[in-house]
Amino acid sequence: MNLRRDVFQAIADPTRRAILLLLASQSMTAGAIAANFDTARPTVSKHLQILTECQLLEQAQSGREISYHINAKKMKEVAEFIEPFRNMWDDRFNKLETIMKKYQSAPVRKGSSKK
Amino acid sequence: MERKTKIHAEDGKQEILITREFDLPVELLFKAYTEPEIVEQWMGTKVLKLENKKHGSYQFVTTDPKGNKHGFNGVIHEFTPNEKITRTFEMENSPFAVQLEFLEFEKLTDDCSKLTMHVVYKSGALRDQMLQLPFAQGINMAHNRLQEIVYKIKNSL
Repeated sequence: MNLRRDVFQAIADPTRRAILLLLASQSMTAGAIAANFDTARPTVSKHLQILTECQLLEQAQSGREISYHINAKKMKEVAEFIEPFRNMWDDRFNKLETIMKKYQSAPVRKGSSKK
Repeated sequence: MERKTKIHAEDGKQEILITREFDLPVELLFKAYTEPEIVEQWMGTKVLKLENKKHGSYQFVTTDPKGNKHGFNGVIHEFTPNEKITRTFEMENSPFAVQLEFLEFEKLTDDCSKLTMHVVYKSGALRDQMLQLPFAQGINMAHNRLQEIVYKIKNSL
């Protein structure tokens, strides 16, 4: 019974990540979510079920349909939450590496700096 | 090839470790932190001031896509070429308290080096907030990103 590991498995799937992203700014019914994917509706339902079981999503009755929204508290527990932060630094460092490799092969002469 | 940036953020602590290995001699890696023209390129910021010495200070300003200017500044506490920079980092006009950064530059081989960035925040809560900042900013762009992701998923099916 490792719920934490389940959460990581849940967000390892690209469709489930896309669902989380879709629900980041609004709550939606299962039908509205499914309409965003080419995947068969039962497949989307299965993804929603997994995300709900991991408590990443919460359900609420909305008329005759069930709507889904993100459980922000649970999301905070997920390491993936800091992935955009890591990506930001990774992008910067990649840029640094590229720039310095160019610099290495063609060093800028001293005093030629522009302001 | 494992050259990715790693973030180590232990639960409940008020610090993080950012590590990254580079295909660069340590001298060049260090230079990327000290030459204003180079800092501007990879940080995507304008360097107003950068004094590479103990008791020196620095001042950067970035312009976001909406044209708003964001200032950053700090004081340099330790400066040992090709080895170490200890400095503070502060976002101007923000509710976030100043943070302390320990940058260590390490030679691995003649052509490889490693950077370890140890950042200490005022509190654990502030650290978590800072870690989540890019995620929160990402939500604003979520709609555009979503279309991109959905498009990729569609193509991979």
